[in-house]
Amino acid sequence: MIKFRINGKPVQSNAEGDTPLLWVIRDDLGMTGTKFGCGIGACGACTVHLNGQAVRSCSTRIADVAGGAVTTIEGLDPAGQHPVQRAWAKLQVPQCGYCQSGQIMQAAALLEEYPTPTDADIDNVMAGNLCRCMTYVRIRAAIKAAAADTGKTKKAESVEGNAHV
Amino acid sequence: MFDSSASLSRRGFLVAAGATGIAFGFSGSAQAAGTAAYEPTIWYSIAPDGIVTVNVIRAEMGQHVGTAVARILADELEADWAQVRIAHVDSDARWGTMVTGGSWSIWQSFPLYSRAGAAGRMALLDAGAKLLGVAPSACTARAGMVTGGAKSISYADIVKAGLTRSFTAAEIDAMPIKPVADRRLIGKPVVALDSREKTNGTARFGIDAAVPEMVFARPVLPPTRYGAKVVSVDDRGARTVKGYSRSIVLDDPSGTVPGWVMVIATSTAAAIRAADLVKVTWAGGNGADVSESTIQDRGRALVADPKAGAILDTGGGDIEAALGNAAIRLTATYTTASVLHFQMEPVNALAFEKDGVFEIHTGNQWQSLILPTLAKALGRPEASIVMRTYRVGGGFGRRLNGDYAVPAALASKALGKPVKMVLTRADDARFDSFRSPSVQTVRIGLDAGGKIIAMDHACAAGWPTQILAPGFMPKGTNDVPYDPFAIAGADHWYNVGTQRVRAIPNDIANASFRPGWLRSVGPGFTNWAVESGIDEAAHAAKADPVAFRLAHLDGSGRNAGSAPVAVGGALRQAAVVKRAAALANWGDKRPAGTGLGIATSFGQERDMPTWVACVAKVKVADSDITVERLTLVVDAGTIIDPDSARAQMEGAALWGLSLALYESTLFTNGQVADTNLDSYTPLRINQVPELVIEFLPSELPPVGLGEPATTVVAPAIANAIFAATGVRVRDLPIKLPAKA
Repeated sequence: MIKFRINGKPVQSNAEGDTPLLWVIRDDLGMTGTKFGCGIGACGACTVHLNGQAVRSCSTRIADVAGGAVTTIEGLDPAGQHPVQRAWAKLQVPQCGYCQSGQIMQAAALLEEYPTPTDADIDNVMAGNLCRCMTYVRIRAAIKAAAADTGKTKKAESVEGNAHV
Repeated sequence: MFDSSASLSRRGFLVAAGATGIAFGFSGSAQAAGTAAYEPTIWYSIAPDGIVTVNVIRAEMGQHVGTAVARILADELEADWAQVRIAHVDSDARWGTMVTGGSWSIWQSFPLYSRAGAAGRMALLDAGAKLLGVAPSACTARAGMVTGGAKSISYADIVKAGLTRSFTAAEIDAMPIKPVADRRLIGKPVVALDSREKTNGTARFGIDAAVPEMVFARPVLPPTRYGAKVVSVDDRGARTVKGYSRSIVLDDPSGTVPGWVMVIATSTAAAIRAADLVKVTWAGGNGADVSESTIQDRGRALVADPKAGAILDTGGGDIEAALGNAAIRLTATYTTASVLHFQMEPVNALAFEKDGVFEIHTGNQWQSLILPTLAKALGRPEASIVMRTYRVGGGFGRRLNGDYAVPAALASKALGKPVKMVLTRADDARFDSFRSPSVQTVRIGLDAGGKIIAMDHACAAGWPTQILAPGFMPKGTNDVPYDPFAIAGADHWYNVGTQRVRAIPNDIANASFRPGWLRSVGPGFTNWAVESGIDEAAHAAKADPVAFRLAHLDGSGRNAGSAPVAVGGALRQAAVVKRAAALANWGDKRPAGTGLGIATSFGQERDMPTWVACVAKVKVADSDITVERLTLVVDAGTIIDPDSARAQMEGAALWGLSLALYESTLFTNGQVADTNLDSYTPLRINQVPELVIEFLPSELPPVGLGEPATTVVAPAIANAIFAATGVRVRDLPIKLPAKA
């Protein structure tokens, strides 16, 4: 019995310890936003957050998730309005959409680490996520738009904070 | 459509679908709504609440095709866009041929859906005028309302009052559509109706289909595509896997999946693990001794045989005599290697029988093609099989071949319960109907003035249409049938004097694997030869490659073009060439090692020309090739959804780049050598050059945009490499030898 949290809720799994987290999420928990692409951690379609870090759920053993906190695309934002999701929708990034959950989860993690990423930062982090429709031009633009959006929000919060002082 | 994991009832699903504007897998909203909706044709309905539901038979695989089709209809209908929904319908004989490919969707849908919309508008206007007590001639229809003088009535109220007027197919065909100036939605920005669901994880693909009591399956694939027979199955190892159930040898009367063993388990993870431990021995197997070089050697022999293949109708004439008269002659042989579809969603299907109907739940591009095969495999009439429709996690032609539906259906029939089959990535690659390698020889003769007077093009490749849809093969002028999708592109719009085009099936390819249609299909390799050959001819004539192309795209004779779609002919191709050259600063001085190369295409077929040109800016240092910029100009007639049109150009161009530099596999002893991303390496974000894309304005009928840009990129890069270095590349993917 492996216990962990997913999108804030406690869950437990009876799966064998070496079962990939991906299949527990998809088959056992019935959350299908996280996708199966290559099974070897090389396409990024299965990307989720484990304790805040982007990981490939196809190559993460469920035993290694014990006691941890997993976030999937369904839990990134309760209303699906994370700045990355907003930018993705605004720039109409998705084509077929299959890889986009993973792209969005990876991009959200990128912005946590690099709030104002350079092109090189984007290349380094996002090169692990394959998009077969080749929406790359828009992925780059949307990450920059989300960074700008997040920056504005933070600035507004800090201005508001100052006003209270 | 079932959605057990989310516990949505059918009604709940329809409500949810209405909220997002897009629904999958039900056939016709009139019966779904359960009240007197108005259905002017089978293609759409208007409910008493005013909601217009457009029935879409095309697969949604990233083109946002439903949105575009609905815009075409809603514009003519004068509907309120906020009230328009799309329904991606399940297979049904009443829809006619269901296929999504060839960049055909908008080209084929435009006449039908625009006229169907116009018919509905006319019916609503007449009925509304009557209800208002105003003459129809004094009324207008706009944004879902009929207005006459100071009075107006909504479409919803007209439908509520009762409207049953329907139109025959002949009446629809004769229906006039609005003048271009009166269009209100076509060409205007729109948010695709499926955008939101693809950013929050709610979009459901075939791989997400589920029903209660289903079991999970993964195949153990035979060593070759054809001819292998199972001798024995040893599942002792698999029995140690928790959740493993059993292994079954498929008995397939349709011959689609010979030698398959299906490993059944209680979860996907268990099926994947167990299949690795099931030991199967096979006897036989066609092509186990065949490799890429066997196929290409055969291709070389075939193009060298003057009697081989079908001759296309390109005007006739004695090609040898014409070449004999040339002042300058050149001959070059071009090759392309095998390439995989590698769509992100591995092929999968859920199959089960329910209430006397066999249901296949999967994303698919050509339902009408696989249904007869499923009927043969299952031994039941086609009418008792339905393909439930799902979003496609990448098509690119892979899902035109619905072969993956067959093993799931056979396993379900054998077990008497629902079977959900998911292939692993490596299974998917091994079972792919990949793009055949090709060999092409081009011979060009020029006169003393540098004008082409003869061109001979022979192309040998595996023929997908010969294997999968022989009914789609026309006959050449020598009465030999040919696969039009394996030669289109060679019958180009340049005036070259005497022209011969020969399409030759590579019999070894056809017998050893199942060749497939892959994004840009024939022109994906024929244009590599055409545009490299034309470039070589330009240099042989000591002419500028742009000026040389323009001189031969003169729009005369058979290349004048004709109404309605190909109006303007080769002169429109000349226009995109000119514009692309100007945008890319053609003719400016370049630093050493940097070059510009141009290539152009008419897209997929002469009946539906999409005119496109690409200038590649390339830097070469030793054997390293850096594509710095791709400049693309396209004339695709009327653009329906500008943002999605641009997205298709972006994706198609980068596919072209990926095929030019980064992708290929070698067929090795009956199997593709590369089966996952550890060695198959499609383009990544860090390899994307600057993209400049421009659409030429046009009011002519819309044509396809999914593929044409793919075909111009590789030859543009090779031509740029020649400009930069003087080295001519003739094999795809492009590789330069390291300098000593």
